[in-house]
Amino acid sequence: MAETRTIEMEVLRYHPESDSAPRFQSYQVPFTPDMSVLQGLQYIKDHLDGSLTFRWSCRMAICGSCGHMVNGVPQLSCHTFLRDYFPAKVRVEPLNHFPILRDLAIDQTDFLTKLESIKPYIIPAEDKPVESGEFLQTPAQLDRFYQFSQCINCLLCYAACPQYGLNSDFIGPGAMALLHRYNADSRDGGRAERMPLVNEEEGVWSCTLVGYCSEVCPKGVNPANAVNQNKVNSALDYFFRFLMPKGGTR
Amino acid sequence: MQVITTDLVIVGGGGAGLRAAIAAAETDPGLGVALISKVVPMRSHTVAAEGGSAAVVRADDSLDNHFDDTVSGGDWLCDQDVVEYFVANSTREMTQLEHWGCPWSRKPDGHINVRFFGGMKVQRTWFAADKTGFHMLHTLFQTSIKYPSIKRYDEFFCCDLIVEDGRVQGVLAIEIATGELCLFKCRAAIMATGGAGRVYRQNTNAGIVTGDGMGIAYRHGVPLRDIEFMQWHPTALPGTGILITEACRGEGAILTNKDGYRYLQDYGMGPPDPWPRPKAMELGPRDRLSQAFWHEEQKGRTFSHPGGQAVNLDLRHLGAKKIHERLPLITEVAQTFVGVDAVVAPIPVCPAVHYTMGGIVCNVTTETPLKGLYAVGECSSVGIHGANRLGSNSLAELCVFGKPAGENAARYARSVAPNSSAAVEKLGEAAAQRVLALLQRERGERVATLRDEMHEAMETGVSIYRKADTMKIACDKIGQLRERYRKGIKLDDTSRAFNTEWLSAIELGLTLDVAEAIAHAALNRRESRGAHMRLDEYQERDDTNFLKHSLAHYSGDGAPRIDFSPVTITKSQPKLRVYGGEGKKAEMT
Repeated sequence: MAETRTIEMEVLRYHPESDSAPRFQSYQVPFTPDMSVLQGLQYIKDHLDGSLTFRWSCRMAICGSCGHMVNGVPQLSCHTFLRDYFPAKVRVEPLNHFPILRDLAIDQTDFLTKLESIKPYIIPAEDKPVESGEFLQTPAQLDRFYQFSQCINCLLCYAACPQYGLNSDFIGPGAMALLHRYNADSRDGGRAERMPLVNEEEGVWSCTLVGYCSEVCPKGVNPANAVNQNKVNSALDYFFRFLMPKGGTR
Repeated sequence: MQVITTDLVIVGGGGAGLRAAIAAAETDPGLGVALISKVVPMRSHTVAAEGGSAAVVRADDSLDNHFDDTVSGGDWLCDQDVVEYFVANSTREMTQLEHWGCPWSRKPDGHINVRFFGGMKVQRTWFAADKTGFHMLHTLFQTSIKYPSIKRYDEFFCCDLIVEDGRVQGVLAIEIATGELCLFKCRAAIMATGGAGRVYRQNTNAGIVTGDGMGIAYRHGVPLRDIEFMQWHPTALPGTGILITEACRGEGAILTNKDGYRYLQDYGMGPPDPWPRPKAMELGPRDRLSQAFWHEEQKGRTFSHPGGQAVNLDLRHLGAKKIHERLPLITEVAQTFVGVDAVVAPIPVCPAVHYTMGGIVCNVTTETPLKGLYAVGECSSVGIHGANRLGSNSLAELCVFGKPAGENAARYARSVAPNSSAAVEKLGEAAAQRVLALLQRERGERVATLRDEMHEAMETGVSIYRKADTMKIACDKIGQLRERYRKGIKLDDTSRAFNTEWLSAIELGLTLDVAEAIAHAALNRRESRGAHMRLDEYQERDDTNFLKHSLAHYSGDGAPRIDFSPVTITKSQPKLRVYGGEGKKAEMT
């Protein structure tokens, strides 16, 4: 068996029924070189303290459940390894900028509401019965939105975004990337319905171009790029609104 | 206890539950649909499916081909009428997903591209790189937002069904954030809760795949059918069990043992060349490939990896461009979890439990024997997988049967009277008290202790190859674990808000019941077929006595009762199941 060492994990604890404020609790966790921060948390839960609360599911960085602040950086804990912190301790906290439900579990309601608000579905550009087969979409057309469809909704970008931290009305990087994903899809005709959200003060114009969202994104979605492309779109939309019906959106 | 009145409750927000919800909303927009899920829907395990979804689309393919591949792949234990329905409806469903925005990979002319999967005569697997489940799930989830009649209850944990007057009239759930019990009074319910892979230790499944819906239906007298057929995926990472998609082999990857030898040629899958060739070598079915690994390990021709014995999955000859374009997820996974760059080195792999082929018995309309209960997806046994599921049939299944599940449950809900209020609430209250009692134990064992012992018993006794004596040991052991569970689980955490230890304890109770059904159904199937291979005197398929579905019936604290039901044969009489053989090199797109 691989070598086992022991690392100190310092985890934020908060129980809404009994705690007036969050506190930290330390655990000594034996680990092998292949063990993720998530596996460290699971060890605590199974063997040391069954009351430690955190979300997880797929443990392969695709379900988006286990985002935490790991030593102050938004990370998927299944994708972050204890060996990289040893011999120092590793500190695990809930994602920044969200209310805490309990321990490491945050309240995701605000993001879900935003996700629902951007009409994240195809609003067909043309009526086409399913029986008549698929819409044609070339690889080049697919490429125009594919990157933005990779978002796993892990919320690391919201934890990274200073603007969202200051004002949670800001639609934020993840939802904006998804909005752009649909607007950029050749099958979609819903752009006119989505642009008002982009144009609002809480739309793209709240972004101050820090770019940390794209840096922490575990899937290379580059939400900062989506926001920026929409600043251009929003400016054009503003301009065309005076010249053409439906604001020039097609 | 909070009481919510609705018409139809869908338990599970993965691909099957979402597809059913959309179908119900489209069929009857005035019907109340409650979609309850223990995770926010896009976290559901559908998200981790990689390779693709099968539907006939090429000119050189046919529904008969898909039917034949599925039925022979299932070692003739499939219900052929259901397979006919499945293959006939899959292309429409995949096209429907395309209309909803699923980013399917395309050919240069803009048409859908398809790839090979194991046991497949013609390329038939629709794919979105190697994140097909992820894209299907997000497409379905985001599309479901369009329908105002679908009311989501995210992070509500279903712990029981309320059956009154012989039909389902309620669903009991815990609102996870608060720990409040919540009774959904309803006229129909659909189980779409996924598989039970977490019965085993080494598995490709997410932590949530604990067989909850199967366990709940089973306790209410609905048999689990063909539950002994667990699928081992031949290529997972040793130790963690993280999945390395079959699409690697679909694109041309090869499997070699520690000597660099393509060992599958020794197990009836050869000759190795020309490669790739459909239904041969690495494009054989999953049961045969996992069994071949077992033999290689016995012969000492696997190698040691820190996570266990392994063989090599070699993609290098595909080249960096194809690997990155077609298989980006597993490239990243291999780098992160085993430190291997798949472009320059082979990935160490071994079999891991992947899919529960049996489940809640239902017919082609997804109705179960319990009135008002429907089942769909991996938790169900609708009859298409038989003794071995073909890769890429399960994603298709979610949609092909999700649609009728939603439609039929909606129609049924409309047809029956609203539920008898007082009695349902009384039963709901009693069920709630049973769930709350778990929080009040003074003494008992840890969840992890019983769970780990269950894993050990199942890995040892009911594995890729099985024998009567070791299966008996597993049956006894699981029976003892159930007894210890009844004596008491001691929780560190007895509070209500977001108490995941409490939820794990409920899950464990259900998982143990499913484990016991698996072990007993396996012991009672005295033949070898598909994924159920025995090393004792029952090493051959026995169509005279066992061309039958097993049914495991819940018997309270005692062992399950196992009996059998007929298999529906329409046009394909059982034959010898043959793979490999001479053939032409496949044309790849």
